[in-house]
Amino acid sequence: MASEAALPESRLQNLRSWLLSDSPESVFHARCQRFYLGWVAFRANPIAMIGLLIIVGLVVAAAIAPLLTGGDGTEQFLSDRLLPPSAQHWFGTDELGRDIYDRIVWGTRVTLYIVGLVGTLVVPIGLVIGTVAGYVGGWVDNVLMRFTDIFLAFPRLILALAFVSALGPGIENAVLAIALTTWSPYARLARAETITIRNSEYIMAARLQGASGLRILYGHIMPLCISSVIIRLTLDMAGIILTAAGLGFLGLGAQPPLPEWGAMISTGRQFLLDQWWVATVPGIAIFVVSLGFNLLGDGLRDVLDPKSGGAA
Amino acid sequence: MTDMIEVEGLNVTFGHGKHRVLAVRDVSFHVAEGESFGLVGESGSGKSTVIRALCGLNPNWSGRMAMAGNRLTARRDKPFYKLVQMVFQDPYGSLHPRHTVDRILSEPIAIHDLGDSERRVARALEEVGLGPAFRFRFPHQLSGGQRQRVAVARALILEPRVILLDEPTSALDVSVQAEVLNLLRRIKRERNLTYILVSHNLSVVAHMCGRIAVMNRGRIVEELSVAQLRERAPTQAYTRQLLTASLGYDREAVARFVDFTESA
Amino acid sequence: MTETPLLVVEDLHVEFTTPKGLVEAVRGVGFTLGREKLGIVGESGSGKSVTGRSILRLVQPPGRVRAKRLEFGGRDLLGMPESELRRIRGRRISMVMQDPKFSLNPVMTVGQQITEAYRVHAQVDRREAVRRALEMLKAVRIRDPERVYHAYPHELSGGMGQRVMIAMMLIPEPDVLIADEPTSALDVTVQLQVLAILDDLVTERGMGLMFISHDLNLVASFCDRVLIMYAGRIMEICDARRLDEARHPYTRGLLNCLPQIDAAGGADLPVLTRDPAWQEQGL
Repeated sequence: MASEAALPESRLQNLRSWLLSDSPESVFHARCQRFYLGWVAFRANPIAMIGLLIIVGLVVAAAIAPLLTGGDGTEQFLSDRLLPPSAQHWFGTDELGRDIYDRIVWGTRVTLYIVGLVGTLVVPIGLVIGTVAGYVGGWVDNVLMRFTDIFLAFPRLILALAFVSALGPGIENAVLAIALTTWSPYARLARAETITIRNSEYIMAARLQGASGLRILYGHIMPLCISSVIIRLTLDMAGIILTAAGLGFLGLGAQPPLPEWGAMISTGRQFLLDQWWVATVPGIAIFVVSLGFNLLGDGLRDVLDPKSGGAA
Repeated sequence: MTDMIEVEGLNVTFGHGKHRVLAVRDVSFHVAEGESFGLVGESGSGKSTVIRALCGLNPNWSGRMAMAGNRLTARRDKPFYKLVQMVFQDPYGSLHPRHTVDRILSEPIAIHDLGDSERRVARALEEVGLGPAFRFRFPHQLSGGQRQRVAVARALILEPRVILLDEPTSALDVSVQAEVLNLLRRIKRERNLTYILVSHNLSVVAHMCGRIAVMNRGRIVEELSVAQLRERAPTQAYTRQLLTASLGYDREAVARFVDFTESA
Repeated sequence: MTETPLLVVEDLHVEFTTPKGLVEAVRGVGFTLGREKLGIVGESGSGKSVTGRSILRLVQPPGRVRAKRLEFGGRDLLGMPESELRRIRGRRISMVMQDPKFSLNPVMTVGQQITEAYRVHAQVDRREAVRRALEMLKAVRIRDPERVYHAYPHELSGGMGQRVMIAMMLIPEPDVLIADEPTSALDVTVQLQVLAILDDLVTERGMGLMFISHDLNLVASFCDRVLIMYAGRIMEICDARRLDEARHPYTRGLLNCLPQIDAAGGADLPVLTRDPAWQEQGL
């Protein structure tokens, strides 16, 4: 029957009209609509989609790593050291006979761990400090911003090195070190946005209802700062990954046998001339993921930032 | 019997140090309960500054202000906000861009712990002529007139007795302005509200108010009734000029205009 | 009007493709402009500003403009190559916009901007351009032209800024001036003073003025003829003095819903009910 064949079509159409309707029926509905419109705008940008694809690939690889690989990349087969890429070992083997392909795939988990942990530390700290400084002003602003400036003044890698040397090597300490050196610009960004917003009439209206400062900060100001902070985070991701790789390269980040890409480049360095794949493949992996975050961040900015034409 | 709103010798300043500006100078007026009082003036006259000082948005003032018999101090408290609310000029700026209409209207209920949020929000929307279809929209999905109605609903939800209106229709199309003005008159009648209407548009003020004060450069130039305005009986030259200008373009009249502002 | 009109517009259509579909901003607008003051009145979304911009081909993609005729002094504006149109823009047809805060360059002095505008179209040396600029500033009744010449836009009041805009746009002595809400951001007394300047300049130079505004009262008292627009179409064209004899229900509705100082207070303002038929028919 014709109607049966049309059923999935009409369901899709129903969904589409639900998403585009003029009168949402609940908060959930309204939020879905906004997300959908943002998605349509994002989807129109092919380069941003490439970035999204790369990051999605990263997440999926990390999630199903056991399904994609033979081992977990830590088993050593000393008789198979430094084999070139072949059908058996797609990316070859390293100096301890470990399959590089396996290590790259399991390394996605390490990368995601680093990136996710840094993000969850940096965004809240930056937002809270920045919005409080921007909204309250006066001496509180001064004190908080001088505190921020102190962290801003140090070159990231050197401060990270100092922290890691003090706290000892290890991936958590590396993450902590990176987070401590990364949060300052977010506080400044949040503060700048807050200063722009705090004299808006909707904030005045909130004060006129008797809203407390806390309610205004959390419910009114922070939601408006989040987009720029998130965009900044995605654009910073490349730097964070590279800093982690740098620390790993110096032996101060993830410790063996963890398949961290930076550490892989470090150990592969000595074989660069004859067995180029040991160092180059992890290097390409870092490059691709950094690029992915950059492209994603650019795309997000086009969609989210009202100043560059986005609607949200 | 004390008036609802009493202002005496009000001075308001903006800014600090060498950028200090005395925006309002020695302004005094009274508004009785249930009255609709107009504050008219051109830009820089200080009219908006007066009501912002009244509702506590500008703390740098001196003089005497009283609301419903209670003297006002530098700060305002929650009971004050239940008594006095404000509607702003810019419908595109007075609603939070990321909040739905529902959130905008339920926030004051939550702040004042009034409870029964669902019913209050629905009733407020209905009262301003917006149906439930608008409840979960974001401000950018509303037209200018609809946003202003939401702003009015928000002002009404705390059931105040005084509403301060800062150019509520200046940013709206003429046909939408008529609807919003009618709405404001209706709710004033139904709830016996007291209004102070600030506007640069003499026709709007004449339509809505019974008495008006004309301001220029921070001072009240003249207080008169709208009836006197209609009889062309203003006593001050500034008021007469404002009235002439409000009637439309007249080349000969313009030639006789005098500059009442400081140079450029 | 026995002489040939300066501007002829026939069946103008402007449309924009948006994510939500095709938006037709102007749908079949036609009128002529002679050496007169023509007012185009409409509410927001009526298409009046887009009409003004499309004459100077200032509508950017994704907007598309098409018309049966869009002629200036007999020359087709739509088909003209961009290089030729640039010689007309500013020189023969000028445009003044609403807010001098946004239309004047904040990092250049007023004098620099006016002389630049002049030298784009006239091959004169700097001294002559400065002299003409000061002359224009005097013509727009700025009392201290030397001081204003060296001032930056943010140092001027709204009324002054708008007068500077007018000076800048009229210095090349165009034949047509399109003014898009030129006084809407100004106080009412300043508005009328700026309009008086426009009035005098337009009459002196025999220019055609296209005055776009949402203020029906102002347009009726200032212009010679009035065009009422709604939903991208023209609802009515009439003589400004005879506006109260207007016949179209939209025009009557607009007139009725304006608060008047002299109307006895007490009654609600009649509300404009929009007839959906107006979306379909225009002049």
